[in-house]
Amino acid sequence: MTDSPITGSTATPAPAAAAQAAPSDSGLQPGTLIEPARQRAPGTAMIAIDAISKWYGDFRVLHECTTAVAKGEVVVVCGPSGSGKSTLIKCVNALEPFQKGQITVDGTKIADKATNLPKLRSRVGMVFQHFELFPHLSITDNLTIAQRKVLGRPKEEAHKRGLDLLARVGLSAHAKKFPGQLSGGQQQRVAIARALAMNPVVMLFDEPTSALDPEMVGEVLDVMVELAREGMTMMVVTHEMGFARKVADRVIFMDQGEIVEDAGKDDFFGKPRSERAQTFLSKILQH
Amino acid sequence: MNYTWNWGIFLEPSPEGTGTYADMLLSGLSWTIATALSSWVIAFCLGSLIGVLRTLPSKAARAVGTAYVELFRNVPLLVQMFLWYFVLPEVLPGSLGSWIKQLPNAPFYTAVACLGFFTASRVAEQVRAGIESLPRGQRMAGTAMGFTVAQTYRYVLLPNAYRIILPPLTSEFLNNLKNTSVALTIGLLELTGRARSMQEFSFQVFEAFTAATILYVLVNLVVIAAATLIERRVAVPGQR
Repeated sequence: MTDSPITGSTATPAPAAAAQAAPSDSGLQPGTLIEPARQRAPGTAMIAIDAISKWYGDFRVLHECTTAVAKGEVVVVCGPSGSGKSTLIKCVNALEPFQKGQITVDGTKIADKATNLPKLRSRVGMVFQHFELFPHLSITDNLTIAQRKVLGRPKEEAHKRGLDLLARVGLSAHAKKFPGQLSGGQQQRVAIARALAMNPVVMLFDEPTSALDPEMVGEVLDVMVELAREGMTMMVVTHEMGFARKVADRVIFMDQGEIVEDAGKDDFFGKPRSERAQTFLSKILQH
Repeated sequence: MNYTWNWGIFLEPSPEGTGTYADMLLSGLSWTIATALSSWVIAFCLGSLIGVLRTLPSKAARAVGTAYVELFRNVPLLVQMFLWYFVLPEVLPGSLGSWIKQLPNAPFYTAVACLGFFTASRVAEQVRAGIESLPRGQRMAGTAMGFTVAQTYRYVLLPNAYRIILPPLTSEFLNNLKNTSVALTIGLLELTGRARSMQEFSFQVFEAFTAATILYVLVNLVVIAAATLIERRVAVPGQR
């Protein structure tokens, strides 16, 4: 147990063994679509996604998606555009409603009318493709407003936590600036700090680098790698396969609203079982 | 044209016996300003509320907002003024109706209510447009931080929307100020009404309306200057 620099909480290193119900040991034949979520004992998962389906009118966006993310695990979700990966991750903190199935986050059921969704969301950090900092607030206010208004922290405490995190992402000098005065990469690092300021139990990333200029991708990924190494539970929608190789425990591949492949990182990159995943990988790894 | 100009008329005593014609116009101006400011309070608060209703996820809320806007912006202001002043007291229960009719400043209160409710429908549309012009991700980000719907509006959506709509909102304020002149039809002694009385008493129609025009323009210029100051004050660094 180490005191982690970014999250500020003690966390065990990613319990890779528990999280990665290694498919090769599971006795399943290659080519079988396994469902690792089913293999773990219920209750250990930080996020349990259980057979969720979602429609926009007649159009089915998600179909019977089932998976789980264990505490401390880093799961990368990839797939072609329109495959439902962003929708899936937005279902996890109920930004997108779904019509069937259940998602449980740290023991709280999302599709339960009694659930206090704002409270649940305050414990789930989310980072968006377009940063979505609040443009009219200074960086400091961006980092503190939800701590104060949602968690009810005193101003000083919120400030301290916000500025500590700003220092961790290397942007202390910009505390008084406004989002419009920062580069995309800097804004995204602030957005990550803003989410962390709420002491989330899990972090969701929705294509955090795809709106960035190429030279800024690295600085954001560095923060995410650091976070992953500290043991933060993370679900990351991204096309950054380098990131996935480096820190992911598992990779989920989605296509047409379905989870086509859900495997340990090495298996996914080494021998993707489905043809669709193979095609996808060959396309995106070529470059 | 056979017209005798007399710019000295403003300093002559008005037949009302209390001061000069200039005093008469200035008292009209103060009623105009009082009516405009009071009705703007209603227009701004109610308009913001209705505008927000029209952007909520709830269908019922949106329907209420839409119904309000379509009712109040599709009936001519003059007709609304007559409805508030002549019809409303008659259709209300007897005692309430006569209480309204006996109010000491009935035309003033009626004009304030009428203009406030009318302008609110227009403010509402601007507030809605402002909120809808924000990136969808802003609402999501607020929601994802754990804000309730009310907090998302209070801390994220409205501060940005108001900044965007400040210029058209200024126009709306000016419209509201000029619309107070419609209240002369229900007997409010505002600036246009006073200019008309002056013309009827003195037959100096050009002087009376020239003065009224200048006063309206001056007041509006002050409003515009104030709006520019506010715009500068609330401008966000780093944004266009």
